[in-house]
Amino acid sequence: MADESGSVLELQGITKRYPGIVADDHVDFDLRRGEVHALLGENGAGKSTLMNILYGLTKPDEGEILVGSKHVSFSSAKDAIESGIGMVHQHFMLIPVMTVAENIVLGVEPVRDGVLLDERGAEERVRELSQQFGLAVDPTALVSSITVGQQQRVEILKALYRGAEILILDEPTAVLTPQEAGELFAIVRSLQADGKSIIFISHKLNEVLEIADRITVLRRGKKIDTVSRQGATEEGLARMMVGREVLLRVDKAPASPTDVALEVKDLQVIDERDLEKVRGVSFTVRRGEIVAIAGVDGNGQTELVEAITGLRRIASGTVAVGGREFQGHLTPRMMIDAGIGHIPEDRHRRGLVLEFDLAENIALHDYDKPPDSKRGWLYPARLVQRAARLIKEFDIRGGGPLTLARALSGGNQQKVVVAREVARNPVVLIAAQPTRGLDVGAIEYVHRRLVAERDAGRAILLVSLELDEVLSLADRILVMYEGRIVGEHAAGAGEEEIGLEMLGGRKEAA
Amino acid sequence: MSEQATPTANVPPEQEASTDFVVRLGIAQRAGGLIVPVLTAVLAFLAGGIVVAATGHNPLSAYRGIWDGAGFNWLFHIPWNTNTVNLDAFNLTQTLLTTTTLILVGLAVAFPFRCGLFNIGGQGQYLVGLIVANWVGVSFASWPTLPHVLLGIGAAAFAGAAWAGIAGFLKATTGAHEVISTIMLNWIAIWGGQYLFGQGGPLQNTYNPSAPESGTVVRSAHIPVFWGNPVLQGLDYGIFVAIAALVVFWLILNRTTLGYEVRAVGFNPEAAAYGGINVRRKYIQAMAISGAFAGLAGALDMLGYLFQFGVLDVQASQIGFLGIAVALLGRNTAVGTGIAAFLFGGLLYGTTRGLNPSVFDPSLAGNLTSMIQGLIVLFVGADVFVLYIWNSRRKLRPKRRAEAAAA
Repeated sequence: MADESGSVLELQGITKRYPGIVADDHVDFDLRRGEVHALLGENGAGKSTLMNILYGLTKPDEGEILVGSKHVSFSSAKDAIESGIGMVHQHFMLIPVMTVAENIVLGVEPVRDGVLLDERGAEERVRELSQQFGLAVDPTALVSSITVGQQQRVEILKALYRGAEILILDEPTAVLTPQEAGELFAIVRSLQADGKSIIFISHKLNEVLEIADRITVLRRGKKIDTVSRQGATEEGLARMMVGREVLLRVDKAPASPTDVALEVKDLQVIDERDLEKVRGVSFTVRRGEIVAIAGVDGNGQTELVEAITGLRRIASGTVAVGGREFQGHLTPRMMIDAGIGHIPEDRHRRGLVLEFDLAENIALHDYDKPPDSKRGWLYPARLVQRAARLIKEFDIRGGGPLTLARALSGGNQQKVVVAREVARNPVVLIAAQPTRGLDVGAIEYVHRRLVAERDAGRAILLVSLELDEVLSLADRILVMYEGRIVGEHAAGAGEEEIGLEMLGGRKEAA
Repeated sequence: MSEQATPTANVPPEQEASTDFVVRLGIAQRAGGLIVPVLTAVLAFLAGGIVVAATGHNPLSAYRGIWDGAGFNWLFHIPWNTNTVNLDAFNLTQTLLTTTTLILVGLAVAFPFRCGLFNIGGQGQYLVGLIVANWVGVSFASWPTLPHVLLGIGAAAFAGAAWAGIAGFLKATTGAHEVISTIMLNWIAIWGGQYLFGQGGPLQNTYNPSAPESGTVVRSAHIPVFWGNPVLQGLDYGIFVAIAALVVFWLILNRTTLGYEVRAVGFNPEAAAYGGINVRRKYIQAMAISGAFAGLAGALDMLGYLFQFGVLDVQASQIGFLGIAVALLGRNTAVGTGIAAFLFGGLLYGTTRGLNPSVFDPSLAGNLTSMIQGLIVLFVGADVFVLYIWNSRRKLRPKRRAEAAAA
């Protein structure tokens, strides 16, 4: 399959234009047999478009694709699969009610007697494959009953089962815990040892440096460079990604916490399906410190934040803000007025009214108070004035007070949310996954801002699924697992220990 | 900026799933600007013309007949002859009379739409206003005109608000969908009206027990006519109330905290709740305000020119439903609703009584109105569909090519 240079795949001058934007601008890319080649870039740099082109989901406007030095033209994923290309998407495409084996063979089922599904044969084949590559999964288990990490293995097996020689992994660690990510890397190495070639898409510098042989950096649709792992550094890669120097480590002085600003006592939350999502959680956050809640997604963090901010009814327990105690039925209005600022985890669903302009979005908590309004009359000019001030102060780019929030990039949208919450001068600032989906430059901004707000004497509660973020920002770390706080650590605690607790593997319990 | 590079990747899937049809339609309409509604109307008229041609008539002369029938030609006969003995002027007053009603029933749909609610109950709210205005207009015979008219209008608006408020209340407390509850409330209003005006009903007239009709509104409750002969049904001051309602609608939405809240809830209820807005209360308020507009329409009709209503009229009345087409074509804005109401007012009168039967058969013309109305609703709904096709054409294209290659 490989030609003399060892290339199994070559993309030449791939260009894809969308109205108003060039997603990929004459991008060259090549993949050697048996290598892991990372594709690194910020959100919107053109990584996904490039891979969608390679996988036959999008047609390029210009450029050539060569597989094993043969020119190919894909009009669907089916063509790509036939050429030996497999893709594992960020969001899995599995059918939960079917077994692992059924999912893997779906569409290319082995049959016996002409029409019947050869279940035994399928399971056998899956077992062989999983042993060959060290992908431990039970072929007879239902997909709905296995972990996210195992689901990802099923996706990889699906591609291998279809004869993939080239595997595209799209942000594969985004959904994994640190332990699971480690296991994935082992799998990638074993695939590599078996001669498979892997394209590893990511925007995380550390993992790219850990797993890749070569790294290609894209920025705004252009290929910046391809470098080999030897000699590459996080700082150098970040500079290539963003186009300027980036401060990767959060620069912060030790915290000097003062009085308690937020106190949560025995909080219990029961969701719509009668599941107890928060099971008696108690903690405090003092002014001048960042307390982070670490945990794998779905362990009650979302419900905890919603309860504290009045968005979800609490079953029992109390929340005290700045000494004022609340219990029973809290409303968002009560908690806003009590001095809670909240950067919600999903800025599109909750943080912004995308069809409102920036001035209206910034007024979301204060439109009903002077100077925005008086006796029910709204003064739009005053909304605009304040928005103009905050846009300048928080360096929000891509629009003015009358620009619709929808028109801004993700990073700038998040800045609008941050500006609104911080400018209200809250006692407690709750930041739920504040950097989700943001690129390196915007993450740097949000992190610096949170530390600055801490230093200005606010109590900050950070909820994050990214352990790196927790470790670099927090002064105190709480680990949440299945609705409970299972561990508390001072800043500088070990990643291993916290990671283990996130999976429920407390040392005493184990 | 680079967000657009991957158009689908940056829209969170939860948002797409949770946005309901009304919200998406609102967003699509906002994106469509002025061109889309104009194009929608033009297309509807073109399609209507094709049908006219298919029946063997000349579409141009048919539309010319409707144009004249609506009295629109009067606008171009300068100097204007304001004497309604002139047929053109008379036709125009009648068109404006219909426009008055349509503006208000249009606003009754447009306002809740901005809050993410689809009010199908304009007809029922209109009837409730009509009934209450009739009751006030028949009673209080000793009152002077101004307070009597104001009382009638106010009571009708309040009743309409309460009627629609029921649907808002049910939505807020039990989550009952407003489309279902407003449709059911329509039927309650229709049957209620038939009972009240029917034989032995509490609001039946006192002078002819065999006629299932309401009493006649006394003279002091008549809204004065300012253009035309009151005996021949002239144009009353009600139209200024409707125009004022357009201004009020705009002011509420754009210059009050209530309007801000309504729009926030309409675009994104979750974000509105997060912002501290009581979403349930907004549902009730938006429906109540909507019902007040529709109730007002009923009052202006009753006290302006109907004065009396029979059981058969209750059954035949359809004008409240036309509010949906008016609001949709008017993009749920004040100016748009005003223009759309004028267009539909002309169409409605110009194809019926205003039409010269020798030009074009009025029964066919009446069907043409229903057809154009239906097509406009269809095309407005198609906006979303067209947008959907537009967005998914990228997905479709490779598939089509593959099919072509396979063939």
